[in-house]
Amino acid sequence: MSSTDIHIDHDIHHAHDEHDHHLDQNFFEKYIFSQDHKTIAKQYLFSGIFWAFIGGFLSILFRLQLGWPEATFTFLEPILGGWIENGKLNPEFYLALVTMHGTIMVFFVLTAGLSGTFSNFLIPLQVGARDMASGFMNMLSYWIFFLASVILFTSLFLETGPASGGWTVYPPLSALPQAMEGSKGGMTLWLISMALFIVSQLLGGVNYITTVINLRTKGMSMTKLPLTIWAFFLTAILGLLAFPVLFSAALLLIFDRSFGTSFFLSDIFIAGEALSNTGGSPILFQHLFWFLGHPEVYIVIMPAFGIVSEVIATNARKPIFGYRAMIGSLIGISLLSFVVWAHHMFVTGMNPFLGSVFMFLTLIIAVPSAVKVFNWLATLWRGNIRFTAAMMFAVGFVSLFISGGLTGIILGNSALDIQLHDTYFVVAHFHLVMGAAAFFGMFAGVYHWFPKMFGRLMDEKLGYVHFWLTFVSVYLVFMPMHYIGIAGFPRRYYAWTGFEAFSGFADMNTFISISAILGFTAQFIFLFNFVYSIIRGRKSTANPWHSNTLEWTTPVLPGHGNWPGEIPAVYRWPYDYSKPGSVEDYIPQNIPFSQTQSSNLPQERDFE
Amino acid sequence: MSSTSTTLEKPNSGTWDGGNEPLKASYGKLMMWFFLLSDAFTFGAFLIVYGLSRHTHLPYTGDPEAFAYSTQWWPIPEKVFNAFPGFHGVDLPLAFVALMTMILILSSVTMVLAVEAGHRMDKNDVQKWLLWTILFGATFLGCQAWEWGHFITGDEEGMLLADGSRIFGANLTVNQYGPPLFADLFFFITGFHGTHVFSGVVLLIMIFINTVNGVYHKRGHYEMVEKVGLYWHFVDLVWVFVFTFFYLI
Repeated sequence: MSSTDIHIDHDIHHAHDEHDHHLDQNFFEKYIFSQDHKTIAKQYLFSGIFWAFIGGFLSILFRLQLGWPEATFTFLEPILGGWIENGKLNPEFYLALVTMHGTIMVFFVLTAGLSGTFSNFLIPLQVGARDMASGFMNMLSYWIFFLASVILFTSLFLETGPASGGWTVYPPLSALPQAMEGSKGGMTLWLISMALFIVSQLLGGVNYITTVINLRTKGMSMTKLPLTIWAFFLTAILGLLAFPVLFSAALLLIFDRSFGTSFFLSDIFIAGEALSNTGGSPILFQHLFWFLGHPEVYIVIMPAFGIVSEVIATNARKPIFGYRAMIGSLIGISLLSFVVWAHHMFVTGMNPFLGSVFMFLTLIIAVPSAVKVFNWLATLWRGNIRFTAAMMFAVGFVSLFISGGLTGIILGNSALDIQLHDTYFVVAHFHLVMGAAAFFGMFAGVYHWFPKMFGRLMDEKLGYVHFWLTFVSVYLVFMPMHYIGIAGFPRRYYAWTGFEAFSGFADMNTFISISAILGFTAQFIFLFNFVYSIIRGRKSTANPWHSNTLEWTTPVLPGHGNWPGEIPAVYRWPYDYSKPGSVEDYIPQNIPFSQTQSSNLPQERDFE
Repeated sequence: MSSTSTTLEKPNSGTWDGGNEPLKASYGKLMMWFFLLSDAFTFGAFLIVYGLSRHTHLPYTGDPEAFAYSTQWWPIPEKVFNAFPGFHGVDLPLAFVALMTMILILSSVTMVLAVEAGHRMDKNDVQKWLLWTILFGATFLGCQAWEWGHFITGDEEGMLLADGSRIFGANLTVNQYGPPLFADLFFFITGFHGTHVFSGVVLLIMIFINTVNGVYHKRGHYEMVEKVGLYWHFVDLVWVFVFTFFYLI
């Protein structure tokens, strides 16, 4: 690689780039304990994909139970061993499956895998920096995440099973080891893993924020940043403020579990015996949890917002519609995300007046969300659209975000929530709006930036197959789920066969399960495409999508330090697509206005 | 016309136009600030837990003179924290914790002086003031150990239970001073703060060794002292809140 023998010009604010000169790194420095943000991003991506398949597989297991409650699953014995008893899935293990599916998907895939991958990969490349502010802390962040992963993965193999009190781990169920099998060792490992995960997120987060503030290249003002960077920046701030509160809650829960305190415990009888714990409040845990938990859903979805904005603008060959409104709505969503947490708790017996306050604040979020949707649609409007696989997923994202977002308006109403709380309606809502949508954002990102990551293109045909199968099966899974929820099916129940009222929905559950299996299977097409393209994919050029942002000004495979010569300076915003009077239909950010006299707008001449 | 094209040739160079440090702070200092922000949320959550737990318990409404420990009401802090080493049996409400607070605030002052000496590149002064800071920090930890010890052991009276027996001292499940949660929160929150002070002292010792070895002098700046200073002031500030919540309100 030619870019390895470069000598980088030091300008003042990039003075800490000394590590660019380590020319001969050994295997460990280069691929394992690498401090290069691109390698760390790939490590996050591989870990995220690994976890996504585990998480998906767990969901298929419990969908089997839900779809065919009367069937026997002896064929699963080779994998699940003792968890299959007389051909039936152990009910406690079912709860563990649900819990671990949630934990893995929310934290390990859609937080670490999505934000970890793309924040790491894109922030330095798109703001024009050699690397993250602190490469060492960045590496530490990944390896602490790895440790958290190992601990959580280990808990899957415990004899008493992994944590099974739901991904929200409400006490007292999670606090009392005698409450259920999953609250024994599994829960302890869950808490340790989560504490480490939070540390990793904080290390990553301070790095992202600092890099965006301090390491922007010359001319890259905050209003010339690509929307991806704005999204990652605000996501990191959300994580920085929300995760510590979960950390507090987890520490207190650890003390309740292991050292006999009563922060969340009071007046509990087990088998007629009163426990000595008095004075605590389990509702308090819910407040602490959801103070993280609600921002967390935006931590999951906002990187997808950014990626989708970028992919849609590039592939519609049009400037993003309402660039500043996009930033404003991101900021609005970020602020609001901290004041709506109690809408997860409408039925905890809280004061109805307080409920109406949280309802009001929750419904306001519909406004910035609608601004974003409107702007995406307006960007597509009369665009010169190129249907790349990334574009398909980006448009699919907008569709899912609308479908899932609409039911959010229903659920945000405290009166309607009494009926719908903890039913499959909620499950359908958040899987569409933050689960599947965030996955689509992630897929869009992988297809779009794959050439910059691996220097090769992913196969478009397989991408289309993957897209359509995934898109269709997501809707086939989650649309019927709304009806089941309205009918009153509660979440997390092992079987409904005991309830006469629900027997009419057995077919629908079977249908959902079949669709889920179809959707999961389709992901193997992606996996094949991903792995195959890394090795054998068509070679890419430096800027295959004719995109404007700075990462495409690097060589096909950027080396350590990203740009062989000087870092390019930035003159214009990142969305000069199809500018009237311009020769090409894109003008990268690093092209000065002096070179584009034919397309400069009158006010741009005055600007400078 | 040529002048226009040269200005078109240059990127903007305002405060937030990139290529500089818009907040006039190096990345290391920014990181410390953001870490402290998130740590503030951790402590904030604990103090909210304290506030809500206390709110769910009844306050003591009778005559303060007649106050006795009971699980029925949250204790009056002045009646709990009234001991002073060497003055056994004397009622000195909040005297010892006031002394501890003074020591910690003093350590903040010496930390400021160390940072200031760093700006002057005065290695000897940095060493001197760091050493004082370490000393005060360690003294604070020692005081806290005594306070914990006293809290755990309890006094001669203890708490009279309904069955006539008495309990003495406090741990995470039993508490002579009032509801068990009072002791739980005391141990947890002052313990978490104490852990922060301890980490701070370790950091101070590390930068003290580096200062003595001239590492920062060779580097040309004492920014590391400033960064640890930020942390140290934060830990002080948190103590002010912990002090207010536990001892004053």
